[in-house]
Amino acid sequence: MQIKALGGCCRRSTQNYENAVIAAQQCGIKEPVEHVKDMLDIVALGVLANPGLVIDGKVVSSGRLLTVDQIVELIKKHQK
Amino acid sequence: MTVLKAIWSFISDQILGMKWLQDLIAWILKSLFGSDFAISRIGESVHFFIYDVIKISFLLMVLIFIISYVQSYFPPERTKRILGKYHGIGANILGALLGTLTPFCSCSSIPLFIGFTRAGIPSGVTFSFLISSPLVDLGALILLISIFGFPIAIAYVVSGLILAVIGGTLIEKSGAGNYVEDFVKSGAISEAEQETMTKRDRLIYAKEQMLTTYKKVVLYILIGVAIGALIHNWIPEAWIEAVLGTSNPFSVLIATAIGTPIYADIFGTIPVAESLFTKGVGVGTILALMMSVTALSLPSLVMLKKVVKPRLLATFFGIVVVGIILIGYLFNAINFLFV
Repeated sequence: MQIKALGGCCRRSTQNYENAVIAAQQCGIKEPVEHVKDMLDIVALGVLANPGLVIDGKVVSSGRLLTVDQIVELIKKHQK
Repeated sequence: MTVLKAIWSFISDQILGMKWLQDLIAWILKSLFGSDFAISRIGESVHFFIYDVIKISFLLMVLIFIISYVQSYFPPERTKRILGKYHGIGANILGALLGTLTPFCSCSSIPLFIGFTRAGIPSGVTFSFLISSPLVDLGALILLISIFGFPIAIAYVVSGLILAVIGGTLIEKSGAGNYVEDFVKSGAISEAEQETMTKRDRLIYAKEQMLTTYKKVVLYILIGVAIGALIHNWIPEAWIEAVLGTSNPFSVLIATAIGTPIYADIFGTIPVAESLFTKGVGVGTILALMMSVTALSLPSLVMLKKVVKPRLLATFFGIVVVGIILIGYLFNAINFLFV
């Protein structure tokens, strides 16, 4: 499962990435979570507000700092 | 009818105005430090400071929570999709309105600008959005109503929206709208909307926004209230009258000149505005001060400079400053309606 944490601008984005890493660990995801910081890359994905989260190419969250639990739920939802 | 009035007075004085808090703090200060201190100038300033900080903090947190919940229904990606379908001045009006409803962080202004432009939204419409976003805030509106009453609060919001619509339209008509950096226009863009949020998601979001925003803003509130306390109790009314008062024809220009280089969150400007108002400064001058502090900020100009060419940046800046000055003079002229 390819998880990307979007946003390199501020504390919230970094926290979002860290939460994603923890959540991925809890769910046993082997591939490392990618931290996308480049603004143009993020815009190309269609996300206009940081932090964002992309799972297997689908934008699951934008403009929200997700808790570890929320990300775990999203990962489980997309594992099926 | 009298019952309705009584209920409204109660809401206005005790819930929004928190008069019980004012009385409580006065009582605490008197018990701890004695009546002499409580009545003294320092005592009054301390009283005002504590009361205003608590009042604004509390109202702010409640308001941000509720409004963030509402704003969770208006993510910028959705705004982009909606705006892409409209043209002309209708698009500007919609842009200005959505700017008020969409949660906005100044670090998003660049991706937002790029995203909107690549979706085919004209720069003028994007600027209507960018002007109204920091200027007109639902939370600030409610705080304004609680401190200044409906007429001034409505005046602020309506002028802000009109400034956003006209400003954006002028930018487009002047042709400056095309002066956008090339990399902005060419490039990939997708239509992406995040998955639908559950109620729990929205509550988590609202709580996070409340805490994050409060932390960002608390310093401005403390400074704003401190300045408000100074104006309230220490700076002679005569000085304020002379510089910013209604008898000074340049008051609006001075207010705008002071406000433009400063950036503070709108919540920080409210206690200052409150104190100036009680010292007799005209409504227009106060509106000009509040708008110039919030509409233009060095950080957002620095960021916009990366995506728009100097000519467009200067046009944007110029139109907003002139617009604020005009609003200031207009409302000073009809000041008698508000006092």
